[in-house]
Amino acid sequence: MTEKTGDRVWQEVPSPFCGIASDDLTIKVDGNDVSIIENGDAVTRKGFETVITDTSPRVKGKEVSLDEAVSTIVDLLRESKQSVIGGMATDLNGARSAMALADKSRATIDNMDSDAGFRNTLVLQDTGWMLTTLTEVRNRVDLLLIVGSDIEAEFPRFFERMVWNKESMFDQEIESRQVVYLGKAPSGDASTSPKGKKAKVLACDDGDLPEVVSILRALVQGKTIQADKVGGIATSDLAILAEQLKQAKYSVVTWAAGDLDFDHAEATVQTVCEMVKELNDNTRSSGLPLGGKEGGITVNQVSAWQSGFPMRTNFNQGYPDYDPYLCDSNRMLANDEVDTLLWISSFNIDRTPPKSNATTVVLGRSGMQFEEEPEVFIPVGVPGIDHVGRAFRTDGVVSIPLRKLRDSGLPSTFDVLTAVEQAL
Amino acid sequence: MLTKLTGGRIYDPANSINNEVKDIYIRDGRIIAKPADERIDKEIDVRGKVVMAGAIDMHTHIGGGKVNIARTMLPEDHAADVVARTELMRSGCGHAAPSTLTAGYRYAEMGYTAGFEPAMLPINARQAHMEMHDTPIIDKGGYVMLGSDDFLLRMMASNGDQEAINNYVAWTIHHSQAIGVKVVNPGGINAFKFNQRKLDLDEKNKYYGITPRDILLRLATAVKELGIPHPLHVHGCNLGVAGNLEMTIDTMEGINGLPMHMTHIQFHSYGTEGDYKFSSGSAQIAEVINKHKNITADVGQILFGQTVTASGDNMRQHAAHSFASPNKWVCMDIECDAGCGVLPFKYKDQSYVNALQWMIGLETFLMIDDPWRVFLTTDHPNGAPFTSYPHLIRLLMDKTFRNDVLSTLHPEAQKASHLASLDREYSLYEIAIMTRAGAAKLVGLADRGHLSVGGAADITVYTDHEDREKMFSKPDYVFKDGTMVVKDGEIVEVTWGTTHVVKPEYDNSIEAALKPYFDKYHTQKMGNFKISDDEIIDDGRGSLTVQPLHAGGKI
Repeated sequence: MTEKTGDRVWQEVPSPFCGIASDDLTIKVDGNDVSIIENGDAVTRKGFETVITDTSPRVKGKEVSLDEAVSTIVDLLRESKQSVIGGMATDLNGARSAMALADKSRATIDNMDSDAGFRNTLVLQDTGWMLTTLTEVRNRVDLLLIVGSDIEAEFPRFFERMVWNKESMFDQEIESRQVVYLGKAPSGDASTSPKGKKAKVLACDDGDLPEVVSILRALVQGKTIQADKVGGIATSDLAILAEQLKQAKYSVVTWAAGDLDFDHAEATVQTVCEMVKELNDNTRSSGLPLGGKEGGITVNQVSAWQSGFPMRTNFNQGYPDYDPYLCDSNRMLANDEVDTLLWISSFNIDRTPPKSNATTVVLGRSGMQFEEEPEVFIPVGVPGIDHVGRAFRTDGVVSIPLRKLRDSGLPSTFDVLTAVEQAL
Repeated sequence: MLTKLTGGRIYDPANSINNEVKDIYIRDGRIIAKPADERIDKEIDVRGKVVMAGAIDMHTHIGGGKVNIARTMLPEDHAADVVARTELMRSGCGHAAPSTLTAGYRYAEMGYTAGFEPAMLPINARQAHMEMHDTPIIDKGGYVMLGSDDFLLRMMASNGDQEAINNYVAWTIHHSQAIGVKVVNPGGINAFKFNQRKLDLDEKNKYYGITPRDILLRLATAVKELGIPHPLHVHGCNLGVAGNLEMTIDTMEGINGLPMHMTHIQFHSYGTEGDYKFSSGSAQIAEVINKHKNITADVGQILFGQTVTASGDNMRQHAAHSFASPNKWVCMDIECDAGCGVLPFKYKDQSYVNALQWMIGLETFLMIDDPWRVFLTTDHPNGAPFTSYPHLIRLLMDKTFRNDVLSTLHPEAQKASHLASLDREYSLYEIAIMTRAGAAKLVGLADRGHLSVGGAADITVYTDHEDREKMFSKPDYVFKDGTMVVKDGEIVEVTWGTTHVVKPEYDNSIEAALKPYFDKYHTQKMGNFKISDDEIIDDGRGSLTVQPLHAGGKI
């Protein structure tokens, strides 16, 4: 729980920014200024410490009251023939209100990180997977295989919290844990053990990763490979890795889908997941997809339970109609299929709407800079700073209670969208 | 506002009222005594109609991580049953893994006014409550899942005394906002993480040296001593395994008379006789239940067609993965706390095993004598979606119909079952016990499941149709807390039910042990694990109802 131990110092503050939901942050609040005193990293510092600049809604660049901004949005949605509620970087109640509005206004919903998210979702819907969660990793992992991802760049505290923790539940010698990178090499030393043991790196280009992963799976299955090298990696090195996976008692294979930025990366994720299933014929192994930094996991969860479907679902005909291709908001915007874009981005000032010809409404974090001023901009509060909330972390299992740390007066996404929905 | 339901035929087993004509008066959401001399604001003529309390589903997977995995992985199943928005209702989807919104509407349309999520993992309870919060009209609650969690097994391995275990159980119920405790494949989910592939009742977990029997005894004792009305809710060892019958009997007889609820017992009633090495154990199971008054059971009836199985039992789900249909499945290890497994499944009437499962379920219903100790479930969605309840009620109430269906099933399975010779037909009174009075008593809902003065006005009114499936599919009226929410089988108003919990007292000393444990091993702080009352109330639509503990329990 967040406890107010001093005048303006909060402890055990959960972070909605980092995907892994670190909740051991100590945070100082002075008026509207927030700073992390303990356990911050590049991601959470930016998340908590970005300052408030604008506090007034704007229509066509002119400051207006919140009511005026809301009624402008209502008019736009009434006139709209094809609207998208995009971005969807918000918390539980923000997602609930966006779903209610999409349902009422017959909009299409999408999350800003869906390109990455669907590299996983399509696998779940096609063949499924065996996964684990962060506390299991922290206490059980003996071999961590990282596929095509530079984890520490996006998840700076992953290794500290989940791999190089001081002790585990089951008396495992932490130093004995092995880390192997396949594909991208790490950008720093977070994966190096406390005593200095470096991760093993089997590097290849992204473009070669599908083939490399397929060969690894074949080796796990015991198949003979004729080629000496694949994607520049010696087959014998892959054979050693396959053997390590088979010998490990609890291997974890992780990837950040955002890093797998090549065509049909879902097929590579699927190969990884099928390999993990096959390893479980004899030993234990689990996948661990990393992501969820901009509310991506939260909004997909809410969407799934309220409509049955994940993002990329439209309500054009009054019922949910899911199509991961047709309802891809990037494709729709690029194709001029959208007349109104309602973009929600309450965590990160850099995540502005994509350029398009659609009339754009932004519910964004204060401080957002636009190349082109949107039709409507409403600076909204940040979940976990300006208002309470809840958010899911990367594994989709654990969610955190977010706290209100300051009284900025900024409305929540829920407040704004609920007002819009009720006025429609 | 004073409402009068005039002249209905009342079935209220909690008050031993069996088909008596009586008027019911409702004010402020409650049933009241006949007022002396007041103006009736609204009178509804229900003469000749069957009046019961709202039905209660005491075991239905309506919220939480595994259900949402099932939803996400089954777009093709939803596509056949998408539900359009109306002026009153949000859009959604139905069939095997319905959206929360549609689930709430459809339960109400069938006359149900409460449903309980039976497998709420402590670490995932927050999500289960979020989903239940978005489930309209019906009341809800959850049984928190223990028994494969490291903290409990660690306590047991170090011979922690029962008092300490009680304290931990009470703490967990309190902070996960639960109304009961469930155990799934006791210790098995944990053992699977150490690569054990099965765990018999007396088989030790490799790491802790603890057996499922130890866990059941400890948890059943805790539940009893804490005064929690709902007995320990047990999904036993070896679900779905031919020959699990003996272990199920041993589980029931071995609990030393402590209250215990055996859930979806159909899946645990299999013998190994016959050419298929798969036979019905329902007679032996029913005999043991009839003899042991401390035991209750729900059936987990299977019905034919496509569904999805979503379970905490990842050990058994993994073992069954080759049966997934369509061929996709998920297993998860979760937080050194629990696990889950999700497999789509198609029950086929021309499969020997599936046909016999159907028969075993019905035999179980018909051979357990006491309707207060057997409950109508399909283990939604594992045996079938909850929307098949009216069909199931007809199977129980109509022997001719039952035998007609039976005669179409796999012929060898018919020969392996004596279902055709069972003459029992459930009466309306017995259905009211199973789905109302008995269910409320079992879950521990003091103010529901009956039509007593002072009770909640959750009331369902049916036309007494000979076709019981028709009758129970489409009630004339459903009242939720006194508000008419359904008329002629259609939703007329959308309300939001309460969340039922119990709050057993615990000694704060447990936190002195838990806080450093969370700090050292977990990836969430103890304080952030706790679910506050505010989270249940949320945007104001939710509410908490604290149900009383049994005498002796501390509140």
